[in-house]
Amino acid sequence: MQLARVIGDVVATRKDENLVGIKLLVVQPLTPERKDVGRPFVAVDAVGAGVGEEVFFVRGKEASFPFYPVEPPVDAAIVGIVDHWDTET
Amino acid sequence: MQIGRVIGTVVSTQKHRKFEGAKLLLVQPLNLDGTPRGTALLAIDGVGAGVRERVLIVLEGRAAGESLGKKAAPVDAAIVGIVDRVDLD
Repeated sequence: MQLARVIGDVVATRKDENLVGIKLLVVQPLTPERKDVGRPFVAVDAVGAGVGEEVFFVRGKEASFPFYPVEPPVDAAIVGIVDHWDTET
Repeated sequence: MQIGRVIGTVVSTQKHRKFEGAKLLLVQPLNLDGTPRGTALLAIDGVGAGVRERVLIVLEGRAAGESLGKKAAPVDAAIVGIVDRVDLD
């Protein structure tokens, strides 16, 4: 899992039937110092996240698990909204 | 599996239900010489690791989910050991 900020949303009317009802969001991965890292991408929302929130996401097959037994064709899902994080380096 | 260092803790109230009771830590993956490699990631802690400890992380969903003891958990990384030392030839 990685930290990210939700920076947008995606509307797609015509899509795989297993994606119906699932919110699509654009996320920008973050370092623990809140710097952007890598390119933004689209993730499905499994926790009710919204634009501007800091979240964590899971990649891979596991991204479809929140929607089990439906298996939507997704490779990234937001699975938590972060209240705060603390680092010691 | 990879070696990393725990650099922080993450608090999330609104998260997927499979995360309930799980401890989330920020882990910085390391090269074998101890230098940081890539971006810090979030991992489920299955062994009681703490900040600054060097840990063994599994970066694969099925194994990570098993460390949480739940089926179909949307996780892709877990701490499965605390590294006492690494010996290299």
